[in-house]
Amino acid sequence: MSLAQNPRQYVIRFLLIGVAAVILLRLFFLQIFEDKYKIMANDIAIYRKVVYPPRGVIYDRKDKVMLYNQVVYDLMVTTSNVPKSFDTLKFCEVLGMDKPTFDKLLHKVHIKSGPRRQGAFLEQLSQEQTARYQENMYLFPCFELLERSIRTYPNASAGLILGYVGEVSPAMLKTERYASYNQGDYTGMNGLERSYEEVLRGQRGVHYLERDNFNRPRDPYKGGSLDTAEIAGRSLQLHLDAELQEYAEKLMANKIGSVVAIDPSTGGIISMVSSPSYDPNLLRGRDRSKNFSKLYKDATHPLFNRATQAAYQPGSTIKPMTALVALDVGVIGPRYGFPCGGGYGYCGRHIACTHSGGGHAANLRLALANSCNAYFCHIFRMAADAKKFGNVKIGLQKWYDYFYSFGYGHPTGVDIPFEGKGLLPDSAYYNNRYNDVWNSCTVVFVGMGQGELALTPLQLANSMCIVANKGFYYTPHFVKSIGGNEKDPVLKPYQEKHQVTHIADSTFEIVQLGMQDVVDKGTGKVAQLPGIEICAKTGTVENYAIVHGNRMKMQNHSVFVAFAPRKNPKIAIAVIVENAGFGATWAGPVASLMIEKYLTDSVSSKRKHLEDKLYNAHLISKYTYIIDSAQRLKDRLRWEARQAEKKYSDSVQAIIYNQKAEAWLRKNYLKNGGNR
Amino acid sequence: MENMRKTIFGRLDTLTVLLYCALVFVGLTAIFSVEHRTADTVLWNMSKSYTRQFIWLGVSLFVGLLIIMTESRFFSSIAYLSYTIGIFLLIITIFAGVNVKGSHSWLGTGSFRFQPGEVCKIFTSLAIARFLSSPETNFKTRKHRIIGIALALAPAVLILAQQETGLALVYFCFFLVMYREGLPNAFLVVGGCVVGLTMATLLLDKWVLFGLVTVIVLVAAFLMRNTLRRNVVAIIGLASIWIGCVLFSIVLVPFAFKNVLQKHQIDRIYSTIGQDVPAEYMKDLKPGEKVVRKVNASEYNVNQSKIAIGSGGFWGKGFLNGTSTKNQFVPEQNTDFIFCSIGEQFGFFGSFVLVGLYLSLMLRIIFLAERQRSHFSRVYGYCVAAILFFHFAVNISMTIGLAPVIGITLPLLSYGGSSLLSFSILIFIMIRLDSDRQVLIR
Repeated sequence: MSLAQNPRQYVIRFLLIGVAAVILLRLFFLQIFEDKYKIMANDIAIYRKVVYPPRGVIYDRKDKVMLYNQVVYDLMVTTSNVPKSFDTLKFCEVLGMDKPTFDKLLHKVHIKSGPRRQGAFLEQLSQEQTARYQENMYLFPCFELLERSIRTYPNASAGLILGYVGEVSPAMLKTERYASYNQGDYTGMNGLERSYEEVLRGQRGVHYLERDNFNRPRDPYKGGSLDTAEIAGRSLQLHLDAELQEYAEKLMANKIGSVVAIDPSTGGIISMVSSPSYDPNLLRGRDRSKNFSKLYKDATHPLFNRATQAAYQPGSTIKPMTALVALDVGVIGPRYGFPCGGGYGYCGRHIACTHSGGGHAANLRLALANSCNAYFCHIFRMAADAKKFGNVKIGLQKWYDYFYSFGYGHPTGVDIPFEGKGLLPDSAYYNNRYNDVWNSCTVVFVGMGQGELALTPLQLANSMCIVANKGFYYTPHFVKSIGGNEKDPVLKPYQEKHQVTHIADSTFEIVQLGMQDVVDKGTGKVAQLPGIEICAKTGTVENYAIVHGNRMKMQNHSVFVAFAPRKNPKIAIAVIVENAGFGATWAGPVASLMIEKYLTDSVSSKRKHLEDKLYNAHLISKYTYIIDSAQRLKDRLRWEARQAEKKYSDSVQAIIYNQKAEAWLRKNYLKNGGNR
Repeated sequence: MENMRKTIFGRLDTLTVLLYCALVFVGLTAIFSVEHRTADTVLWNMSKSYTRQFIWLGVSLFVGLLIIMTESRFFSSIAYLSYTIGIFLLIITIFAGVNVKGSHSWLGTGSFRFQPGEVCKIFTSLAIARFLSSPETNFKTRKHRIIGIALALAPAVLILAQQETGLALVYFCFFLVMYREGLPNAFLVVGGCVVGLTMATLLLDKWVLFGLVTVIVLVAAFLMRNTLRRNVVAIIGLASIWIGCVLFSIVLVPFAFKNVLQKHQIDRIYSTIGQDVPAEYMKDLKPGEKVVRKVNASEYNVNQSKIAIGSGGFWGKGFLNGTSTKNQFVPEQNTDFIFCSIGEQFGFFGSFVLVGLYLSLMLRIIFLAERQRSHFSRVYGYCVAAILFFHFAVNISMTIGLAPVIGITLPLLSYGGSSLLSFSILIFIMIRLDSDRQVLIR
């Protein structure tokens, strides 16, 4: 120790300790005192990845797949990983593209995803491309095949029923229903995909991943302990018969109209066609928006579900219901006859009847079988003017109540969205329309299914279920079971029996027999099937349209309703073919063929000529396109007018608000100033 | 003496060896945690830096063993020779240096590279120890003081010429050694004043500073009024201090910022004091261009580093759970910013232990130095402690935003062969000298 106890060694030691203390103090503030760094670290470093489980599959009543998830492959690339020595020639050869395309696609990925993040080079590779690529995959390690699933419809039918999925729009995200969705999520946009969204989509899983400085996901955060697992969507089994559905769509091809077939004992919809239909596979994957706008612009409106949304005057097919009401009110008995001489003249105008004389309306069964207009106009008036009601306004309201309970005038509650409610006028409606001055003659057309009454095909088919069941129905629905469980709480509303007003079974029996006569010896002979008692009613609906500014009578709508067999009914059906002609000419054969196919599983060779006739018929009216473009023009003008009006009213409102605000300010300002 | 009878290994200072081992272990752990991915199955992978660091550790321990086997006298005898070689290498590097991230301080070809400035710290320590311990040196004379300072700063000037400012600054730590060996207090006071004045120049408006300096000088003049009345030299001295300070702050600092310092250095200095770079110092500003506030690179570094350390909390996020460091948010986190991974994964507790380890090592080396019989060993010991201290204090301070970002490593922790090897050599020579502390080395 040459320099014993040099004081400066202590200065140096204190300097060291002092600096260490300053560092520790700073660390103490940074690590324990401040919270913001913890939040910032989580913000920058944790990536919340939402994992989508596979959507549920949809099966028909015979376990045939109608909608499933098809696996497709996307080719992904991280552009900075593509080496300079990349064998572009071989790669292009494998995928069947040329060099400029390759460069263009690679550049697109580079722009979209940046050099260090993976982007889609080619989406939805064809099967051939996938196979060829997988063979040569080892040559291109910088590319990766990414598996993805898209909704696929193996049958190319039932598009409007099954619906489709699409990205949630920003407007939808604002609504409560989509509160749990993020931008870019897919959701059912129509049909069963929409109404059973909760069931089909399952439960999304959330995985927390760490990400690095280039925003690339890395290891699971905290070993995945915070992650929630995804739960696959549940499958749906439908009452729908895929084969019958396809057959119906084929029969209805090149016609405008719709078919609804329901199993009366369950309310399950066996088939629902809105024609023209479209291939649902058009509305999936990459080309959805392109195809959607094409379908949207089509004059025949294939995206419009006529079966649930369009309202038609039912024509003569309403006559069994009119009869039911008249019988139940008690104004007629089954043997009541009307001396129809080819028309009905009690109301100061002549309402024509297709038949004349011969006692074709000598009793209810005959009147139904021959579809006598005069008879039903008369019994409708009798029911409305019934003494026990006092006056026609109460009488018509009673009639309204009957029809309301038959499922008319309100949505049936079917399990696909956007259902229409048709039109069912009550006394208030006529009071309003005729300024309180009207009588049963004013509304007489309603009794024979014309006038202000309009039904959706679904309502029409549903009312056939009521007649078939003699007084009750189940809400028409598609889904039989969810994930194999028929007792799922979601399905509860469809298993509830709806009893219509207490009309006696014997009353229904009379009407049923009348309807059987329609097929056996009346207007609907076309629907006869050996060994099966079929009840039906034809309808021929007059209709008008405005073409080039003139009100013009169009070809009649052909309507046909039926159910079979009469005892223990298995199918109730309503068919409407627009602008086609007599009910028995077009709608009748369609209904009949479908009943035959459904009940006997095949169509007998004797009736092939009917099939051929339907397959070859092209019944879309030439006016459809003119009417459609006029309608669209009208809609656009109306929209523009509404926009202009809104703009104007908004600006007026703004001026009013400004004035109010100014007045308020002035008042308060002056008051305060005065106080001072 | 009892001590001399033990074998050479028995005479080594166990605590120093243990502290060395502990720090190296912490370093490997930190580098491993930064590079390791859960997906990795093979641990021994030459592409990972922790594997290469492990190999460098082996090399360092081997060199350490060689040093232990070497005669103590050898180190003092080669001191001047090695210093000469070191200076020679530094001069070569200025012309033949490889460009690594903007600095020309590396020598070598291909994948083999080393930084002469790093190794030269050892040579300079030896040379200063040899110079101060030689009987001809009288450190009380001005001439020998100037020679001592020149020995320390010559490498610094050469390294500055290689544009590696951080490493050059390390050589200023030898002032601490010379202070211990008798450099007057005035040096430290003047040094402190220069640093303080520079900071004030950057932080304050120049006229405010002018007023402040003037007021301080007037107050001093008032306090010394009796002396001043009698002593003309004192008046001249005070006046020249005032003029010097004003010139320094108004002329010299702006001149240095405009003409000497580079853009990134200016950025770093201003980001440390938390200010925007004034428009007049912006190098790439075209005339008439508007000043756009943007986060510069070193500010980003420090921000990310603070986020990583600050998010650690008291106990840290746990080993391999450092989300910021593992996912490369902090640039240079293997080397200069390795402290972040400790701070993030092991929190304040871990940082406390690490600072404790460094402080123990430095105090232990000073303790060893003070118990040496030979002057050479003592001076050398102080050199080692001073270099460790400078690296430790500046490196950790820059990761927590207390000092500007200058690229210097955290001793024994940072990834890098040159750094690990040179610190190992420094420490092992000290351990070797200590084992012969009763012998007088000349």
